[in-house]
Amino acid sequence: MEKVIDVQSLRKDFKSHSSRSGLKGAFRDLFTRNYKVISAVKDISFTVNEGEMVGYIGENGAGKSTSIKMLTGILTPTSGTVRVNGMDPHKEREKFVSSIGVVFGQRSQLWWDIAVQESFRLLKKVYNVPDDVYNDHMNHVIESLDIGPLLDKPVRKLSLGQRMRCELAAALLHNPKLLFLDEPTIGLDVLVKLKIRNFLKEINEKYKTTILLTTHDLTDIEALCERVVMLDEGQIIYDGKLAKLRSNWGEGKQIEFQFGEQVNLENLQPLLTELQAEWTKGDRDNVWIANVVNEEHVISEVIGRVVAANRITDIKIHEISTEEIIRNIYEEGMLNG
Amino acid sequence: MGKYIEMIRVRFLMMLAYRTNYYSGILIYSINIGAYYFLWNAIYGGKGEIEGLSVIQMTTYIAVAWMARAFYFNNIDREIAQEIKEGKVAVEFIRPYHYLMMKTMQGLGEGIFRLSFFSIPGMIIVSLIFPIEFSAALSTWMFFTIAIILSFIVNTQINLLTGVMTFFFFNNDGLIRAKRVVIDLFSGLLLPISFYPGWAQQVMDFLPFQAISYIPSMIFTEGFTGFAVWEAILFQLVWAVILILPIQALWVIAKKRLIVQGG
Repeated sequence: MEKVIDVQSLRKDFKSHSSRSGLKGAFRDLFTRNYKVISAVKDISFTVNEGEMVGYIGENGAGKSTSIKMLTGILTPTSGTVRVNGMDPHKEREKFVSSIGVVFGQRSQLWWDIAVQESFRLLKKVYNVPDDVYNDHMNHVIESLDIGPLLDKPVRKLSLGQRMRCELAAALLHNPKLLFLDEPTIGLDVLVKLKIRNFLKEINEKYKTTILLTTHDLTDIEALCERVVMLDEGQIIYDGKLAKLRSNWGEGKQIEFQFGEQVNLENLQPLLTELQAEWTKGDRDNVWIANVVNEEHVISEVIGRVVAANRITDIKIHEISTEEIIRNIYEEGMLNG
Repeated sequence: MGKYIEMIRVRFLMMLAYRTNYYSGILIYSINIGAYYFLWNAIYGGKGEIEGLSVIQMTTYIAVAWMARAFYFNNIDREIAQEIKEGKVAVEFIRPYHYLMMKTMQGLGEGIFRLSFFSIPGMIIVSLIFPIEFSAALSTWMFFTIAIILSFIVNTQINLLTGVMTFFFFNNDGLIRAKRVVIDLFSGLLLPISFYPGWAQQVMDFLPFQAISYIPSMIFTEGFTGFAVWEAILFQLVWAVILILPIQALWVIAKKRLIVQGG
């Protein structure tokens, strides 16, 4: 299969100066400055094939945006090679950017003061899209995203959800092979999110558009991406199937017991002997959580033993969500999780 | 090329979106022309001419200088600075066009809008109120057209240069403000260059500013005639070419060291 993105030991260092403290320090800063080099992205390598939808996740400051900016040709890498759509994003900038689409959730690409359709018209000229191709493709996009009634309104009068759908349509106007989405669903309600997700799935199937998606909303990733690339402190800590991440990390369930009386770990610990389970204290009084493997007999055994030995006022069974898995990974790192 | 022409149209539409700016602009320009008219009348007193300009030529000079300003003036330096500070340049870099060229086209769209809805009607009104002489010679109008196009180019280049400096200083409001004052003063908008002391005129011969206002206004008022017109246009042309170099150089360096601010 054709490699759409090919990144080899990509690195980006920023030189930043640190200010000295106090008035005296400020004066010294006028003449000499302390510089330190911060590596935002540390020698990452990965490839993405045509038609893949990849979730690109990581904490704030993990280096996601920086690497996306290098992939889109906005930032120059300090070292390493980037080939996207078979081109070097920097050397052939104008030709390269015609082959990608980008949505920055936090930045508008439409012109603020003019009607949406005027922005589209300008972009059509910018990307040199012929009339018939434009009409055929965009009528479909406009219909799927349901933005027909918004076209004659100036962007500043649109709500966030409306604007975001228009942004997406604008990014797809030239039907790019590769689409970068940087937090496209930030601040959107459930219905708009669903509409956007369905639309992305549809274009992925129809045009085999490759999509690289960064988001903090993991439900987006679950709905769209089979594969995730996870970044932490500028390095890739996981690259593989989302399902595998779930089965490696999220194997198990949590059983939350609300006890009717005071209990402590010494009383509870014997109940779990010879079972693959352990206790953690809940966030309220007399609430304890048993973390158990996801097997029927273990779950029923734990419940049976606890219920037989203690008075219970409430009981809940949780499945560990992707969000919790990711949170655990962020908190504990990949190794000791 | 189509995309650049489309940008002119879009900017035109944006100007229409903010009509209040446009009306207040007419008012400000009329007040300025009026004030300078009375000031110069007082300075001339009974004198027939000063530094080779008659009082009528002087009022014409003032009116034309301000009306031409409506065409060449734009805020693209401020816009570039704003876009850099807010990190919006990121979006501009993922578009298949030359950012600075696009900015120039936006300035041109703005200029054409002001020229057609502002300068021309304004000039008609002003000529009804104040005694102003229009030249009948076709060649004067032709040279004037060339001169204001070149003055737009030179002024825009200076704006681009100031704007791109934001990449290096991150906050250059001061520079932008200083540039504005320098242009108003040294371009001949407030005072014709021929009124400056000899040594200052010599210094200004080595600076691009008089290409912006002094030259088109002098051509229009026929303060320049014959060979002087050609010389003046050549002066503008040379500066328009020279200024490409620092802009292009700064732009290449800026692209290399671009840090997108805010995420």
